[in-house]
This record gives sequence, C-alpha cells and structure tokens, in this order.
Amino acid sequence: MNIAWDAFTPWASLAGGALIGLSAALLILGSGRVAGISGIVGGLLKPGGPELPWRLAFLVGLIGAPLVWGLFAAPPEAQPVAGTGTLVLAGLLVGVGTRYGAGCTSGHGVCGLSRLSPRSLVATLSFMAAGFVTVYVVRHLIGG
Amino acid sequence: MQALIALVAGLVFGVGLLLSGMANPAKVAGFLDLAGSWDPSLALVMGGAIAVALPAFTLAKKRSRAWAGCALTLPTANRIDAPLVLGSLAFGAGWGLAGYCPGPALVSLGMGSAPAGVFVLAMLAGMGAHAWLTRSRA
Repeated sequence: MNIAWDAFTPWASLAGGALIGLSAALLILGSGRVAGISGIVGGLLKPGGPELPWRLAFLVGLIGAPLVWGLFAAPPEAQPVAGTGTLVLAGLLVGVGTRYGAGCTSGHGVCGLSRLSPRSLVATLSFMAAGFVTVYVVRHLIGG
Repeated sequence: MQALIALVAGLVFGVGLLLSGMANPAKVAGFLDLAGSWDPSLALVMGGAIAVALPAFTLAKKRSRAWAGCALTLPTANRIDAPLVLGSLAFGAGWGLAGYCPGPALVSLGMGSAPAGVFVLAMLAGMGAHAWLTRSRA
C-alpha cells in the first residue's frame, strides 16, 4: 500500500468531520431526530405528516451550504469520477441500498456508531467493504 | 423550532462535507482505493464526527424531549438481517462506483454539479422503487 501523502488533508478532513458531528449533535438534542441523510430524503417520498417540515428544512440547509460557503471562500475542489451510465447505476444502487439497509454513511456511519449500535456497525463494515472491493474491481481489474 | 434547528444543522452538515473533502468524488475514490495510491483523509472525517457526536448521543439516550420541545426519537431497530447487510453492500458498491453517498451528492447538487444531478435523480428513483416494493408491508 502506498500512502498518497500529497493528497492527504488531515486537518481539513478532521475539522469537516467535527462539523458533521456537531450537526448530528444539534439535530438529535435540538430537534430530536437522527441526522441520516438517506432516511431524511427517503422520508420525503412518503406523503405528508409531522416529519415533513424538519426534513425539508434540513435539506434546504444542506443543499444551500455551497451558497453560504461561496460567501467566504472559493468553491472546494470537486472532480467527478464516473460517466452518465455509471452515475445512473450508482444512484440506483445507493437509493435502493440505503433504504433496504436503513441508512448510509451519516445515519449508520456517524450517528449509529456514536450510539454504539451493533446493527450500524455491521451496516458500516458492509458498505465500507463493498466500496473498497468496487473501487478495486473498477480501477485494478477492469481499468488495469 | 424543530425545523429551524434542522435548517441550521443541515447547513453545518453541508459545510462540514465541503470542508472534509467528502463532496469530491475523486477524493472519495482515492480513499476507497486501498491497492492504489491511498489517501486516508476520509477516515479522519468519520473519526472527527464520532468524537463530537458520541457524547451528544450518550446524553440523548437519557432524554425524552429535544430542546425544541418535541419528542426525542432514537432508532429502535436492532435486528441484524439480510436487508441490512445486502442493502448496505449495494449502497457501498454504488458509493464506490460514483464517489457519491447521499449527503455529498446533495451538497454537490447545490454546487450546480451536473453529474451529481444525474446521480441524485437515479438515487430518488431507487428510493421510490423501494417505497413501491415495500408499500403493502409499510
């Protein structure tokens, strides 16, 4: 294994992670809800109900974050790695998978592990393993 | 009040994703590429997030009301079953293929990224398919 030291951003990633943790803390203690993005989005596909306003508000904040960021700093680097066909396949897998698996990187990986939930640990190990294997196959077996 | 706090939380979450590098698919791919030139940065995102969120959730387990006055609800499911594992495996495969998980995809959509737009539409279709397939049991 080679470490890509030139790409390594420990402080930005640690600070960004701390902000994500702060958001999850604020949402559970302040609004009484778990910051699981796939659950919040998926919940919007069900009709109405009392959960709608906070879910919408959270997503407005999330999608609006780049606007607020843009007031203070240049946009961060963002380099896509997939073409349209792959994006469609990947989006479908993520959509179906996070709903059957009842969570994603935020709901299981951050909030679930912070609750010390064995179920979320299994989910996190599963999606991490699948991510590692998929990138290995795409980059080293197919991509060569 | 619950929605107002959620708005702030969403904003902080999005800024955290932007700062961390999670919203850059090339960086995500660099993290998931153990056999190539490995960028370990994103392990620190999860570490930093849990370091802050763990005390909050420890406190939350002892409370039944949130600051907004509404009920504080934590997940109750604890079954480790096939949908959990298979769903998470499918999610991880999609994450590896595109370098997007749900949060960063939505933030990238907010940056005006066309690839993120394609991904989010497909993700919504996938979530809709799940809702449809499980409608009679819901």
